[in-house]
Amino acid sequence: MSRIGVFICHCGENISRTVDVERVAAEVAKLPGVAFSTDYKYMCSDPGQNLLKKTIQDHKLTHVVVAACSPRMHEKTFRKAVEAGGLNPFLCEMANIREHCSWVHEDMEEATLKAIDIVGMMVERVKKNRVLPAITVPVTKRALVIGGGIAGIQAALDIADCGHEVILVEREPSIGGHMAQLSETFPTLDCSQCIMTPKMVDVANHPKITLHTFSEIELVEGYIGNFQVTIKKKARSVNEDKCTGCGVCMTKCPQKKIPNKFDQNIGLRTAIYVPFPQAVPNTPVIDRENCTWFKTGKCGVCQKVCGPGAVDFEQEDRLIVEAVGAIVVSTGFDLYSIAEKPKGSPIKGYGEFGHGKIPDVIDGMTFERLASASGPTGGKILRPSDGMEPKQIVFIQCIGSRAREKGISYCSKVCCMYTAKHTMLYHHKVHDGQAYVFFMDARTPGKSYDEFWRRSIEEEEAVYIRGMVSRLYQKGDKVVVMGSDIAVGVQVEIEADMVVLATAVMPQKGADLLAQKLGISYDKYHFYSEAHAKLRPVECATAGIYLAGACQGPKDIPETVSQASAAAAKVMTLFSKDKLEREPIVARVREVGCVGCFACKKVCAYGAVEEKEIRDRQGNLIKVVAYVNPGVCGGCGTCQATCPSKSVELDGYTDEQIVAMIEAL
Amino acid sequence: MKPSSVKYDFEPKIIAFVCTWCTYAGADLAGTSRMQYPSNVRVLKFPCTGRIDPVFILKAFQQGADGVLVSGCHPGDCHYIAGNFHARRRFAAFRKLLEFIGVDLNRLQFSWVSAAEGGKWVEVVTDLTERVREMGPMVEFKELALEEQWSGAINTPELKETYNAI
Repeated sequence: MSRIGVFICHCGENISRTVDVERVAAEVAKLPGVAFSTDYKYMCSDPGQNLLKKTIQDHKLTHVVVAACSPRMHEKTFRKAVEAGGLNPFLCEMANIREHCSWVHEDMEEATLKAIDIVGMMVERVKKNRVLPAITVPVTKRALVIGGGIAGIQAALDIADCGHEVILVEREPSIGGHMAQLSETFPTLDCSQCIMTPKMVDVANHPKITLHTFSEIELVEGYIGNFQVTIKKKARSVNEDKCTGCGVCMTKCPQKKIPNKFDQNIGLRTAIYVPFPQAVPNTPVIDRENCTWFKTGKCGVCQKVCGPGAVDFEQEDRLIVEAVGAIVVSTGFDLYSIAEKPKGSPIKGYGEFGHGKIPDVIDGMTFERLASASGPTGGKILRPSDGMEPKQIVFIQCIGSRAREKGISYCSKVCCMYTAKHTMLYHHKVHDGQAYVFFMDARTPGKSYDEFWRRSIEEEEAVYIRGMVSRLYQKGDKVVVMGSDIAVGVQVEIEADMVVLATAVMPQKGADLLAQKLGISYDKYHFYSEAHAKLRPVECATAGIYLAGACQGPKDIPETVSQASAAAAKVMTLFSKDKLEREPIVARVREVGCVGCFACKKVCAYGAVEEKEIRDRQGNLIKVVAYVNPGVCGGCGTCQATCPSKSVELDGYTDEQIVAMIEAL
Repeated sequence: MKPSSVKYDFEPKIIAFVCTWCTYAGADLAGTSRMQYPSNVRVLKFPCTGRIDPVFILKAFQQGADGVLVSGCHPGDCHYIAGNFHARRRFAAFRKLLEFIGVDLNRLQFSWVSAAEGGKWVEVVTDLTERVREMGPMVEFKELALEEQWSGAINTPELKETYNAI
């Protein structure tokens, strides 16, 4: 038999002005199971909470209903008070008679009747409430960082500096990501390599960081605090422990004319290579597709010249399993490959602007490599077709970005700024050259950004033309760019030596596949979704997984670094406790009724439903039922409404409780 | 004239099934903004519209509700990633069933009300209340219950025979 205590709050006058609280208390006292009913001026105040605690003990209450404001406001307060009074906090419910009653109605009679209904409904509900013990899960204090660009590096260093072990996984042979490819960075024009490479070395030397380059995530299992991650270490064909990084193998390799992806395929590399001289780790990789040994079984020069005997043609892919408590995803971006349409891409516009057909039409990242002192031209701006220094250069912005009809409606955010930077770099290197920029809008929010953009026009003599390009074609050794200047209202035609396209920032290829392995959500472009756009911008909806950098949306370097540090702070918050406590509003399976149809598994957005085998004492399989992992369950209850045999129940929102409420009306 | 001061012969009973994160918060906002709406609605809070079993809607009608409102987060805004999509699909199918058993679908309203849409909550509740008030009480379930209890309609010869055979 339940002994329910009902407390009606006046909320000063906020409730009592339109609701006759004494009458509500008197009416509710008549309900079966109600042992105590009173009204009080301010229930949330200290004396109010003390009244609650004292009454629970004096009247031996088993359940409590507090009729006051919205549970979104004070549910935690009262549940804590009830706990202090000696009851399980989930035996307390709030009836919302302020936001949903006294504030929205003026007629005293109507509001009072409604309040009585609301309180009565909660009294019936609370009778069916069960004791819910707090759920605790252990926390493994090791973090996994996926992606070794600036975001991953920053997050890994921050977490490792706090004394926690970090496993950093990078798909390419070296960490560094896109930032290592950049020549100089806006708005300060400091050299990217100069600020980036020390951080890369810090990662390599950090005693708490384990680096797995040339590796990919194969499988992710588990939940917050307890992930099991399988990492595939692809065969490098070079033993990392033996290699000293002397580089003799690379000088002797006869295959010297392979386009280097790091140099946007305008530079060349050997078959055994490091992508760039400052690579971390400085251990080469054999590109098996282009290596003579792997193609013909002959050659083996690198093996012969290698002093420490590190070259190992027999090496195979290895799988490593690591246990981690938190995951930071920082897989970064890729540029819109306008020349070539990836298979199945819904985005239109591929093949436009002559990219891929006209050799002197390049993208922004290629320009970065041309301008980079460590790039294929040694920092000279030379056009790819004939190595001539371009005297007229045209930059075209918003290639792909903000073109809703082509399938990308977002702004790529960094292009305005990097194009301004490109015009400056160009002007610094080609003094008698002229840069033109076709643009829609110049978007330069950020510290010292607008000043930087103005400088490119006022001091570095870039000509900005507001308008888009309508036609672009090769004429002799020139590229003719036709477009409109909508500010003046005329058509313009420029015979350019080189054209640079500011192509859109897009997520890394395969971002969707990784998201499926991790069980995190992504938008239609495959950018990963944060839990809340404003208030939880670095967390995924899946607990224990955090986002950093451009994998969540286009970002510049300062923003990426801030988000990476924020993600690291979130990881450290998680690691600050040995055990994780979570609200016990989770789904629970009644195994007796479950027929193992797994309709619940299909609708679960969190991947919390697992298959559990039930065996008899001899070990014979009786049936397979669903099991909801309480560490992963988000507590939405979609499984319960879906279950055809009604064998799964969401604690705190059981059918019993809901039906009791409906019947009370 | 203020809406609350008008007296009608019939005041419908409206039950609203809402999710915590969007519509409940939207209704809270209507409260904090001191908006006014008819007092006919009784709100039941769920974590997510995905938790709302269609049976609850039937149960509400059976228990004498004259109108039912189901409201949650806008598509894409679900706190639980995709619960509202499941709800939408479920109720799209369920509407047909309700229509089949003879419930006037005007008594049932689905809507998306976000936590920022206090005004929309007021609008939705007011519209539904006024619509159902004009339609009059929902009697079908009550009549059916009475019929089954008192008319002896279920007291068929077949049943009697079966009963005697036991």
